Amino acid sequence: MRQSIIHWFKFASPQSFYPLAGRMIPWFWAATAAFGIAGLWISFFVAPTDAQQGEGYRIIFVHVPASWMSMFIYLVMAFWAGLGLALNTRVSGMMAQALAPTGALMAALSLWTGALWGKPMWGAWWVWDARLTSELILFFLYLGFMALQAAIDDPRRADKAGAILALVGVVNIPIIYFSVKWWNTLHQGSTINLTKAPSMAQTMLWGMLLMALCFWMYSIAVALTRVRAIILERERHTEWVKHAVE
Amino acid sequence: MSAFLATVRRDLLLALRRKSEVLTAVFFFVIVTSLFPLGIGPEPVLLKKIAPGILWVAALLATLLGLPRLFSADHLDGTLEQMALSPSPLGLLVAGKILAHWLLCGLPLVLLAPVLGLQFDLDASTLGILTLALFLGTPLLSLIGAIGAALTLGVRGGGVLLALLVLPLYIPALIFGAGAVEAHIAGLDAGGHLSLLAAMLVVAGFFAPWATTAALRIALE
Amino acid sequence: MQWNSVGEFFAMGGYALYVWGSFGACALLMIAEPFLAKRRLSEVRKSLIRERLADELELQQRSQ
Repeated sequence: MRQSIIHWFKFASPQSFYPLAGRMIPWFWAATAAFGIAGLWISFFVAPTDAQQGEGYRIIFVHVPASWMSMFIYLVMAFWAGLGLALNTRVSGMMAQALAPTGALMAALSLWTGALWGKPMWGAWWVWDARLTSELILFFLYLGFMALQAAIDDPRRADKAGAILALVGVVNIPIIYFSVKWWNTLHQGSTINLTKAPSMAQTMLWGMLLMALCFWMYSIAVALTRVRAIILERERHTEWVKHAVE
Repeated sequence: MSAFLATVRRDLLLALRRKSEVLTAVFFFVIVTSLFPLGIGPEPVLLKKIAPGILWVAALLATLLGLPRLFSADHLDGTLEQMALSPSPLGLLVAGKILAHWLLCGLPLVLLAPVLGLQFDLDASTLGILTLALFLGTPLLSLIGAIGAALTLGVRGGGVLLALLVLPLYIPALIFGAGAVEAHIAGLDAGGHLSLLAAMLVVAGFFAPWATTAALRIALE
Repeated sequence: MQWNSVGEFFAMGGYALYVWGSFGACALLMIAEPFLAKRRLSEVRKSLIRERLADELELQQRSQ
C-alpha cells in the first residue's frame, strides 16, 4: 500500500509529470481520431432519419457530448482543485487551470449547437429551458474561474483561490440546476418540454456514446498539452526545465 | 462570542463614521427600482407583474456595491492580519463582519422594499411576502458575496471580477426570492419558496464563513 | 444508408444550415483550441531555449 502511494506521488511533481504527459498525448489524439471517425460514421451514415425531426436531429451527436463534457470537466476541475488544496500538490492546480478553457469551450459549443437545434425545432434560437439556462450559468462559472486565475499574479495564490471558487461552484451547481428547474415549471407557459424526445434508437445512442468518447479523449489531449505549457511557464527558473527543452 | 459581537460593533461604528458608503447602496436601490417604471411605462398590470423581479435584481446589485469594501479597508491597514493572528477563531470574526455587512447593506433594503413595492401597485399581503423573502434572502447574498469578496481581495480589477464571480451564485436566491412573491401574486402558497430560501440561508450560514476564512488566509499568505 | 447523392447529403433534408452550423463550429473550435495550446507550449519552449543560449554565450564570454 505504502509503495503505491509513493508511486503515485512521484507523478505529482511537475518534473516527472511533464514528460509523462508528453508521452500520453499522442495516444489520446489517436483515440480521439478513432472514436471521432466511428462516431461521425454512425451520426451521418448509420443512424436513420428521425420521424419527427428529420435530419435536423443529427445535431444531437455533438450537442449532447458537448453538454456532458462541459459538466464533467467542471467536476474533474473541482476534483483537481480540491486535491491541490488538500494535499498541496503543484500539478493539481495546474491541471485545474488547464482544464478550464476546454470546459468553457464545451459549454460554449453546447449553447451554440443548442441554439441551432432550437431554431428549426421550436422556432426560437433561445428558449429559457432549464437545461439551457443551467448550461449558460455553467459557462459563466467557467468564465469566473478563468478571470479569477488570470487576475492573480502569484500562481500559488491563483491556484488556491481558484480551488475555493471551483469547490463553491460544485456545491452550487446542483442547487442552481434545481432552482432553475423549479423556476421553469413555475412559468409553464413559455417552455417546451425537452425530455419528451422521441424514443431513442439504439444506433443513435451508440453514435452519441462514441462522439462523447471522442470529446472526452479530445479534452484530455488538449488539457495535457496546455498543462505542459503551464508547467514550463511556471517552472521556468528551475534547473530541470533548462534540461527538459533540448 | 464576545469577539463576534465586538467585530459586529466595530464594523457598525466604522460605517457610521463613513455614512456615505452605506447610503450609496440604499440610494442605488431606490433609484434603480424607480427607473424601471420610467423605462417601461406606468401601466399597473405590467408593473405588478415585473415588480418582484425588479426589486430582487436591484437588491442583488445593491448588496454587490458594498462587498468590495467588506475586507479591503481592514486588509490595507493590517487589521485583517491581526484578526488572523488573534486567539479567537478567524471564522467567528469573519461571521461578525458578514453580519455587519448585512445590517448595513441588506437590512435597509428589507425595510425600504415595502415602500418601493408601493410604486409597483403591490397590495399589503404581497408587500409582506416581499419583505419576508428579502429578509431571508439578503443575508444569503451577504454570505455568498463574502466568499467572492475574500477571493478578490487585493486583486486587479477586483470590483468587476467580484460581480462576475458572485452573480451566477446569486441565481438560486433570485429565483426563490422573486418566485415567492410571484407565487403569492398568482394566488399560490409562497411557503415552499420561503422554506427553500431559509434552508439555503442555513446551509450558507454554516459553510460560507468557513469558505471565506479559507479564502482570506490565502489572500494573507 | 439514406443518402442518394452527395448533394442530398449536404442538404441534410433542408436542415443544412443548422446541422453544418453545429458540426462546423465544433470542428472549427476543436481544431483551433489544440492549435493554440500547442503554440503556447512551443512559445515557452522557444523562449526557454533562447534563455539557455544566452546563458551559455555569457559563460563563454566570461571564460575568454
